[in-house]
Amino acid sequence: MQIVVNEQNCQVASQIGLFAVCALRKPDADLILLNGCPVTVDQPLKDGDRVVLLRCGEAPTGAELEAVMVSRHTPEVHFKVKNRCVGIAGVGGLGSNIAVALARVGVGRLVVADFDLVEPSNLNRQHYFIDQIGLPKVLALQEILKRVSPAIGVEAIHEKITGANLCTHFSAVDVMVEAFDEVEQKTMLISHFLSNFPHIPLVAASGLAGYEPANRITTRRVAKNLYVCGDGESVVQPGLSLMAPRVGVAAHHQANAVLRLLLGEEP
Amino acid sequence: MHLSINGQSREFPEPLTVLQLLVFLELIPERIVVELNREILTADRYAGISLQTGDKLELIEFVGGG
Repeated sequence: MQIVVNEQNCQVASQIGLFAVCALRKPDADLILLNGCPVTVDQPLKDGDRVVLLRCGEAPTGAELEAVMVSRHTPEVHFKVKNRCVGIAGVGGLGSNIAVALARVGVGRLVVADFDLVEPSNLNRQHYFIDQIGLPKVLALQEILKRVSPAIGVEAIHEKITGANLCTHFSAVDVMVEAFDEVEQKTMLISHFLSNFPHIPLVAASGLAGYEPANRITTRRVAKNLYVCGDGESVVQPGLSLMAPRVGVAAHHQANAVLRLLLGEEP
Repeated sequence: MHLSINGQSREFPEPLTVLQLLVFLELIPERIVVELNREILTADRYAGISLQTGDKLELIEFVGGG
């Protein structure tokens, strides 16, 4: 019969017991999951069972992690995103969350750029931690991304992005993301990038402050190869700051638009 | 001359540069991305491009926050 052990298909003798599979495949496992539930007593397995054998805190090998990703996302999706590169300009509330989502989905390479350091005021919405305060955001993010996906390639650029240097840093990306905070930086990046690389799609954001309904945030195409996520109008003002849920909604609209573009779909 | 702006046909006096159009429409250039006939322009070109009748523009306004 066929069972799945740590996301890999295995042919085993019928009537084989759970602990026998454990002894064969990972005798030092200290946690056994059978079809998603923790199990401590031996029992016979049946065709199609899913067994997960874990040692707490042990890092899976690269091959094991890849097998998990292929199993979750299908080989077609996995290998399409694995071999692609995404640029992210600005890794604050939008960029840090976008980068984490793209790492989780298995994008092979990210080019992230920001001149900022992690400050306490960032922690209300940005994907950083107390023990990272004072670090350059791009280095803090690189550390987080490697913890999510050890095989990911991250180019961390601790520099202010300008119309001149963006052509060097982002010339090899498959999709570009605008994730800046200041409006002048947003329009500068978009206009310079799409003037220089009109064939590369760019996903930007506009209008995500406050706690208005999340459903007002949309993804729309506004020009050739330019997509904008947000409600288009919610701007920071007294009483309307940037907050984790809505910034996260917009960031994940952007990440999903990137994923769709990488898979050849219109966002 | 006829210009198409964000899908709407409008009439404007000639001559008119991209920058003059933005000022006329009371738009702040730093908050706008301009697409002229399917080509995105950088802001340093706005003053030097004279619009022609039939031009199609997308003027995309952005707000800050991220």
